Amino acid sequence: MGEPLLTVKNLKKYFPTKAGMLHAVDDVTFTIDEGKTLGVVGESGCGKSTLGKTILRLIEPTAGEVILDGVRINELSKSQLKKARLNMQMIFQDPYSSLDPRMSVAELIADPLIVNRVMSGKKQIEAKVDELMDTVGLASRLRDAYPHELDGGRRQRIGVARALALDPKFIVCDEPVSALDVSIQAQILNILMDLKDQKGLTYIFITHDLSVVKHISDDIAVMYLGKCVEKAPSEVLFAEPKHPYTRALLAAIPVPKVEKRHSRPQIIRGEVGNPIEPKPGCRFAARCDQCSERCLGRDIPLIETSPGHFVSCTLYEDQ
Amino acid sequence: MAEMNNNAVKAGPGEPLLKVEDLEVVYTSRQEVVQAVNHINFEVRRGETLGIVGETGAGKTTTAYSIMRILPDRTAKILNGKIIYEGEDLLTLPENVMRNTIRGEKIAIIFQDPMSALNPIMRIGDQIAEALKYHNKEDLTPEQISEKVDQTLELVGIQKGRRYDYPHQLSGGMKQRVVIAIALVCEPELIIADEPTTALDVTIQAQVLAMIDELRETLGTALILITHDLGIVAQMCDNVAIMYAGEIIENGTVEDIYSGKMQHPYTTGLFGSLPDLEKKTDRLSPIDGLMPDPTDLPKGCKFNPRCPRCMDICREQTPPEIVDGTHRVACHLYAGMGQAAKAAEQVKEEA
Repeated sequence: MGEPLLTVKNLKKYFPTKAGMLHAVDDVTFTIDEGKTLGVVGESGCGKSTLGKTILRLIEPTAGEVILDGVRINELSKSQLKKARLNMQMIFQDPYSSLDPRMSVAELIADPLIVNRVMSGKKQIEAKVDELMDTVGLASRLRDAYPHELDGGRRQRIGVARALALDPKFIVCDEPVSALDVSIQAQILNILMDLKDQKGLTYIFITHDLSVVKHISDDIAVMYLGKCVEKAPSEVLFAEPKHPYTRALLAAIPVPKVEKRHSRPQIIRGEVGNPIEPKPGCRFAARCDQCSERCLGRDIPLIETSPGHFVSCTLYEDQ
Repeated sequence: MAEMNNNAVKAGPGEPLLKVEDLEVVYTSRQEVVQAVNHINFEVRRGETLGIVGETGAGKTTTAYSIMRILPDRTAKILNGKIIYEGEDLLTLPENVMRNTIRGEKIAIIFQDPMSALNPIMRIGDQIAEALKYHNKEDLTPEQISEKVDQTLELVGIQKGRRYDYPHQLSGGMKQRVVIAIALVCEPELIIADEPTTALDVTIQAQVLAMIDELRETLGTALILITHDLGIVAQMCDNVAIMYAGEIIENGTVEDIYSGKMQHPYTTGLFGSLPDLEKKTDRLSPIDGLMPDPTDLPKGCKFNPRCPRCMDICREQTPPEIVDGTHRVACHLYAGMGQAAKAAEQVKEEA
């Protein structure tokens, strides 16, 4: 396999707060091959959305490098960045607040084409909008409808169509189905997977829903307080989770099967710690039942325990 | 231990604690009438957990609010039905009796969004004490009330020192624990939990659910758990009612519903929409289309426009309720099955 489509190296994003530096994304490194999907999971406040936005430079990173398709995103000037964005798009979490309420469906979908001046002819744009609406499964009678007239699922289809309008290679999906009902959620997931197959799209799929992430991803990265604690091919991660946090996270999923009733093994105590000026050491140490002295006082490296399986935990350091 | 308890509960004695009969609720505006709940029936026994499952707009919350009688009175109207609690129809009680003796005292509700269910300018300890002071059935002194607040906080896993905190000082999971503490403090016989963990992260969700389950076991409280998560239902509930467009289209014990036998096509669709954690599937098989417009429900079976197994009769006639033991399903597909059919066959044979 040649060069990966996306390389993220030592990416950091710190936010200054009154109490000190908030480490939202802290030294995250990974690559994604073309046509693959990386799922990013973690609980609220672990930095997964910030990671997505920092990669696209919707937020300026504090440090680190992002290379997409050979282009160093961080070194681009404003106008160059605008051009680079044609290749990288985002689908936002909340289809209720990410659409301009005063624009019709057709206007919303045409908007990226006009803003980026990729098309100018009215007819050409109209034809493209029709094609996009068809791709995401929006009936053409909805062209002149406004977002408030539509349900969440249809709104999210508009969000998908807008992201696709510029034919990007790479899309960051930030919790695209979290606000939707299960049956609608499944419809959107199917569209995203079909698009991936047809157009060879590469996704970063950010979610807190583990069953969704397993379904859609080739690789999964688990984040905890700004750090990537484990990364593995999705089958492997679910079959052999290594980091105690990953294990706890998987154990916490309620399984829709009666046989698994009341079989919840261990529940982790406590809550996610404070991301402001964290001390060196494992960020999960305070909630971890296998924590030892070795986990504190120094940063735990992400080590490859088997091909493609990375984990940042002292339990696996000696192997 | 949990399993044993479940069995004990299932065998629970005769009369149900709560019985909802033929409930019908509409919301009216100047232009239209929204049929939110259409003739539903269900019951809950002491110590039992009923899961009400359905998507947005299925009428789950309206049902809960009808039991508590906290529907918005200008727009909502209960057209028909009875809500019988310990032999008494709650719908006929005057508001002051409802407020003084039922709501919060015998039946408590846990709201979905802990961020908006708490008063932001009141200390959490005071918010818990408020319910107790209002109902005070045992004539507790202020000191006893204070002690009870501490106990309840400990019960839900919050240090009692934090009773002087304001809601904004707590995390989402802790706020939900406070909401649960408020519901528990008067030791109600029935708790209605309306999507209690939807706003929480999975690990916190697991903590809160385990806590609710534990409390239910120790206090013997009956629980109506409203959720859209079939995983949670499998873990927590004894019985399940699946709602669609204001109707209960299938109900029974968890085993009935999850076995897949005589399953309503909508229930099948709900399961098909869930990615399976154990198997690798390329495509999900979701339900096509959308929930029907509640101001203009389809004729016949409400699910017929989205049903992959729809027949002619489904577009014309409301499906009959097919009963097989504890399992009830409202679907034309199973018309020749169930107890009634078996009984008829037997009669024929004997003849």
